[in-house]
Amino acid sequence: MSFGTLILAVIVIAAGAFFLSRRKVLGLADGDRRRLHSLPHYHGMHALLLAAVPALLLLFAWSVLQPVVVDRTAVSHLSGENYDTSGERSLAMSEVRRVADAIDGLIKGGKLNSDDLDGLSIDDLGRRLEETGIPVLADVPPQILDSARTYRSASAAGDLIKIGLVLLLALAGAAYGYSVAHPDLRARNRTEMGVRALLVAAACVAILTTFGIVLSLLFNTIEFFRIYPAHEFFLNLTWSPSFGGGSDLGIIPLLWGTLYISFIALLVAVPLGLFSAIYLAEYAHPKFRSVAKPLLEVLTGIPTIVYGLFALLIVGPALSSVYGRGGLGWMPSDTAVITAGLVMGIMLIPFVSSLSDDVINAVPQSMRDGSYGLGATKSETVRKVIVPAALPGIVGAILLAASRAIGETMIVVLGAGAAARMSLNPFEAMTTVTAKIVSQLTGDADFASPEALVAFALGMTLFVVTLGLNIVALAIVRRYREQYE
Amino acid sequence: MSDTTVPVASQVGHRSLLEPDALLKKRRRKESWFKMLGLGAVMTGLFFLVVLIASIVYNGIPAFTQTYVTVPVTLPADKLDKTGNRNASEMRKVSTFGYRPLIEQALIDTLADQGISSPFEDGGDLADLLSDGAAADVRERVLRNTDLVGKTVEFDLLASSRIDGYYKGRVDRVSVERGMVLTPAHLDVADALHERGLIERRFNLEFITGADASDNRPEQAGVGVSLLGSLFMILVVVALAVPIGVAAAVYLEEFAPQNRFTDLIEVNISNLAAVPSIVFGILGLAAFIQFANLPQSAPLVGGLVLTLMSLPQIIIPARAALKAVPPSIRQAALGIGASRNQMVFQHVLPLAMPGILTGVIISLAQALGETAPLLLIGMVGYIASNYPEGFLDGFVSPNSALPAQIYEWSKRADPAFYERAWGGIIVLLVFMLAVNILAVVLRRRFERRW
Repeated sequence: MSFGTLILAVIVIAAGAFFLSRRKVLGLADGDRRRLHSLPHYHGMHALLLAAVPALLLLFAWSVLQPVVVDRTAVSHLSGENYDTSGERSLAMSEVRRVADAIDGLIKGGKLNSDDLDGLSIDDLGRRLEETGIPVLADVPPQILDSARTYRSASAAGDLIKIGLVLLLALAGAAYGYSVAHPDLRARNRTEMGVRALLVAAACVAILTTFGIVLSLLFNTIEFFRIYPAHEFFLNLTWSPSFGGGSDLGIIPLLWGTLYISFIALLVAVPLGLFSAIYLAEYAHPKFRSVAKPLLEVLTGIPTIVYGLFALLIVGPALSSVYGRGGLGWMPSDTAVITAGLVMGIMLIPFVSSLSDDVINAVPQSMRDGSYGLGATKSETVRKVIVPAALPGIVGAILLAASRAIGETMIVVLGAGAAARMSLNPFEAMTTVTAKIVSQLTGDADFASPEALVAFALGMTLFVVTLGLNIVALAIVRRYREQYE
Repeated sequence: MSDTTVPVASQVGHRSLLEPDALLKKRRRKESWFKMLGLGAVMTGLFFLVVLIASIVYNGIPAFTQTYVTVPVTLPADKLDKTGNRNASEMRKVSTFGYRPLIEQALIDTLADQGISSPFEDGGDLADLLSDGAAADVRERVLRNTDLVGKTVEFDLLASSRIDGYYKGRVDRVSVERGMVLTPAHLDVADALHERGLIERRFNLEFITGADASDNRPEQAGVGVSLLGSLFMILVVVALAVPIGVAAAVYLEEFAPQNRFTDLIEVNISNLAAVPSIVFGILGLAAFIQFANLPQSAPLVGGLVLTLMSLPQIIIPARAALKAVPPSIRQAALGIGASRNQMVFQHVLPLAMPGILTGVIISLAQALGETAPLLLIGMVGYIASNYPEGFLDGFVSPNSALPAQIYEWSKRADPAFYERAWGGIIVLLVFMLAVNILAVVLRRRFERRW
């Protein structure tokens, strides 16, 4: 029984419980709805929730946990010097899974009887797989085959128990719901409690997600620091991963690239965004504002991959034709800090401008009127009254934009280049933390190697930095808002 | 003496009030400068937008047309169907290598018929005009309609990407000479065929519906399969993020007591909204693929990651929409005896629905264009060449997604793929535009002012 059919079965049982319970209470009340404590459908819903919710919860929990448990049983067969480190074991486990899948394929295709499997040697299996055209598993050690057998039997047993338990729980819930169904049952109150519990659960998904992010970063980062010294990671000035081992994985050049590109992006976005916001809030005709503002905001709605391609194929070559080999000769390649920074700046213009627009509009009109009354011109009012009053909010907006810039991925992957370099020349290619996370995790590297695990440490750094920036920015914005409200 | 006039202060400077002095002139100049600066900033922003849109359209439109060569191919029965049964499964034994000589011969014959002189003795060189996939295309069509065997049939075959580029202005004689595949003589032949109407550029539906192709056949690549991948992911997001997000918003806005736990949830939501998308990719890799052993490159995993990403984007506007429903509605409902749940689900939620829907749709559009997290869960580097076999299979079988496909193309060496990438962006933006227009229409239609 597959996942889908199992869910369907639970739904059918729950629906049955709904209709039966509703009929039962109506029957007990002789069809007179006034004698029921709650409306009839609440009595049905009560049984439905009892039948469906625990069963579905069990199903999801079991589905998540079963692979973990099965892996642990199967891994116990893998002992010996070849399987000492967790990396070797996880590699071996993926092999085990592949063998198990291949055996499943054979049995499904009728090429192998499941009873014969126990007597099968590894050579037999290899031959049979070859006959069916499944890629041959070269030199599979017998331990792996043993482990694959355990894996299969454990998964099969787990699946069977899962189906049994889930159906049992659904039926038990339905039966209990039906048995307590009675006109005097406080069905509405109980159902509403259940619904409210579900709402709380939905709200908790946010906490779980944060928890999941922190855990997945933390575990792998700890694993990374176990095989690669932390002081090397934070203080080493070179980044040169080599998948053969012995790589230098210093974060400083990546941080330098990240900060440099973000700095250029902010250099573009902050003045343009701020002046746009001031113009739109203080000067523009309402008609112009109603056209220009949404048009500018289109720039935030465009996916970052589009900006990445724009950087790679339009802005890079255009800059290169002026500053590159054909022109001034400063720019060795199309991808450079300035390319990525410029495009990222364009992306951030509306971000800065709409946030600043909000804070400028929040400055009370009385302050403007006071300034005009003293004879100040509009620009003097803006520079000497509005901007200073809105400054904390504007700083908050800039910090939020900076956190966006630091976390941006696609533009730098496509536009900034791949070489980790520490230089002051903005026309040179550099790389960033996010770009390296992508390149370290999309290669064919073994997950347990420091070259792949370093991505989690980079991710952790990124997470901490952006989170810190956001908390500070939001705190500033919030404190400022309270001032005038 | 009473009517003696006191000298007026302004007359002392011998200057009218209407005539600005130097300082005022300077201040006014500054004023207009400042205003111009603001206008310039807005205009620069709009200018960038125009450049962006223009380059997308200019570079992407050619992807929707493709160059075809019309060739009458003779399909000899003795080579393609030795048994003479016209049975497709038997004819499958003849591989594309069996069809290639037929196409080469057809090209030589066409040139002879049309009186085009060419320096090519060998049909193999001449066949470089056509796509590598031309033989497979002919074979596919013959197997679908076995009656064609024994006849001479006119086929519209895909031209190779370089010939295609020649007619789109991407390739010229100089670059052809530098390249290894074609010679200027090929272009002469192509020009002669073009004059006679045998080479033509026309609309290419295959680009929208087709699958990705390998590195050396950019002329065959399309976005169809990856578009399906994106749609399956969006389905997952709709099925999970929308109910969970709305439920969370309802709880926080209507039921949550003011306590530490509620604060914790709110802080979490606002922080998640600002976590860089690549971090969600790491979460997907570690939690769904490493820990839960879900399949790599599957739209299901992509959908789960995008679900977690779009939750804050759904919850925050949904809360605003719920907050905008006036308290009088709530009081009226409670006053006539509704329970709190009934008040929320039967009165407040329906009234807040338009606002909630707008937020949902905008977050879906964002999810559709998101790329970075998909890179980490293996949706790049996978060549999306197969359509999913069925509805459920579409969720778990490896696939790409539209933005991931665009990224994949932008990394390939052949510039012909760049054109495809721009074309893919047009498809993506059209989808997002459609979704956003839907949001605007919904808002206009159902918007309610209290």
